[in-house]
Amino acid sequence: MTWFLRKAKGIQTPTKDKKDVPDGLWYKLPSGKIIHTRELKNNAYVSPDDGYHVRIGSKEYFELLFDKNKFTELDAKMVSSDPLKFVDSKPYIGRLKASIKKTHLNDAVRTAHGKMNGINIVIACMDFSFIGGSMGSVVGEKIARAIDFALKKKYPLIIISKSGGARMMEAGYSLMQMGKTSAKLALLSEAKVPYISLMTDPTTGGVTASYAMLGDFNIAEPGALIGFAGPRVIREFMGKDLPKGFQTSEFLLENGFLDFIVDRRKLKNTLTTLLSMLLEK
Amino acid sequence: MHLEFETPIEELEHKIEEMKHLAHGSGVEVDKAVKALEIKLESLKKEIFENLTRWQRVQLARHPERPYTLDYIYEITDDFIEMHGDRMVKDDKAMIGGFGNIDGKTILFIGQQKGRNTKQRQARNFGMANPDGYRKALRLMKLAEKFNKPIVALIDTPGAYPGIDAEARGQAEAIARNMREMFMLKVPVICIIIGEGASGGAIGIAIGDRVIMMENTWYSVISPESCSSILWRSWDYKEEAAEALKLTAEDMLEFGLIDSILEEPLGGAHKDLKGTSVILKNAILKEIAALEKITPDERIKKRIDKFSKMGVFKE
Repeated sequence: MTWFLRKAKGIQTPTKDKKDVPDGLWYKLPSGKIIHTRELKNNAYVSPDDGYHVRIGSKEYFELLFDKNKFTELDAKMVSSDPLKFVDSKPYIGRLKASIKKTHLNDAVRTAHGKMNGINIVIACMDFSFIGGSMGSVVGEKIARAIDFALKKKYPLIIISKSGGARMMEAGYSLMQMGKTSAKLALLSEAKVPYISLMTDPTTGGVTASYAMLGDFNIAEPGALIGFAGPRVIREFMGKDLPKGFQTSEFLLENGFLDFIVDRRKLKNTLTTLLSMLLEK
Repeated sequence: MHLEFETPIEELEHKIEEMKHLAHGSGVEVDKAVKALEIKLESLKKEIFENLTRWQRVQLARHPERPYTLDYIYEITDDFIEMHGDRMVKDDKAMIGGFGNIDGKTILFIGQQKGRNTKQRQARNFGMANPDGYRKALRLMKLAEKFNKPIVALIDTPGAYPGIDAEARGQAEAIARNMREMFMLKVPVICIIIGEGASGGAIGIAIGDRVIMMENTWYSVISPESCSSILWRSWDYKEEAAEALKLTAEDMLEFGLIDSILEEPLGGAHKDLKGTSVILKNAILKEIAALEKITPDERIKKRIDKFSKMGVFKE
């Protein structure tokens, strides 16, 4: 009989058993505390005890931000194809089908417009549960079109990032989505339409190195992992341990890459206050 | 120094040299035999180079004798003055930049720089730029815009540096900003992959009116080795990963993700720096002339439209 179940350090759970969104009646927080999911939901999926921000998806963010959860989704039906006929240990097309079935999502981002405390806004929100929130053609195109929509309507844009980076199975195509989204953001910036980039746990790779870092305001949830290269890659590359708190939201704030860190429970009101100040006539 | 698949070529070349040398000393008539071998050599080169696998292209892109950014710049410019520093933190030696002129035409050159020997490789950080490098490149590009000079970016990197300091100084932010700013540059921008085009580290200086790949280069979202380690969970599937990623110039042109390919002399750029430089120089001058015929606003619009169309999906 062992005292502790976890013998090795780090994440040991196989990917298939990973949980992003609490779906049972009870949810176990990293602190070990068990909480009723209703209580967690009423607290914006933040642990009431230690402020831990549970990973959530577009469904939850839309619910948190859009008034009465009313919104119009854009390009909801867009799905990935497999231009490279990519096969590694399994075919990409199979991975896509399995992800769609498992997550009930069509890809790793959902885009929508609606009102937030009465202000018209466009939100693009990534879903980490769909192939690690990776950016392929669909993510790039949906974000590009959301920007086009914001530009046309002059509605402020909020992108909520949560991604492992570019989607390898779309190789060159996924790389170019970094260019595509940056191009659209250049146009949005010229038109002086506000863009707030919210980085959540985790935001890495090609997503960080394109739209996530290009906000007029770059903000993050507390304790999120944010970086270009992932910590494992850096550790292997440098051959040494990484400093404590490296690549967290707090680290980025300290180094001058975030405007502020926002508690999810105050997210809607903070965004509203900021946008109200900008939109003041 | 030669790659495995180059061995038959090297051997035949060696044989021809030997024969010539022998003839020189003895007065024996070998012209005919040499000629025959030279013809054989040409067809051997053709046969090998027309049937390269994607992994072999990657190997050629990394060939230790392959010309690097400054080799080409010194070869094709009449004058070249290198500029240093990002005006914030330091001078990143993995990214070079400066003004040069070709046939009286002033051009800003930027690009990653690799080193030839151990000491140089360290100094150049193996062509892996830090954020300071991307910021230096952007500073110089803004300078080129100010003085209305076209920009040529030569891309050759195994990736942006994945280090602790690089993260602290905002590697992602530097790359993202470069892309956004490059879309709005009022001067012509020509980007040429001359060796390795690895992911964010490459595209951070590869937004242009023309994106061109030299024949024996690769450009993709990840290196075959890293792709293998992530998707196959082992370093041993690099050949398979290279095939799956479809990362060659031919692939990228077929997908419409680049504008054109620059053919290299038979046997690869490393066999003929002068010949390759002429090809590069002519392409640069031709593209600049074509781009200068249209207005800055039109160029920017076309640049943005081109990238906006990239992607494949179903609705």
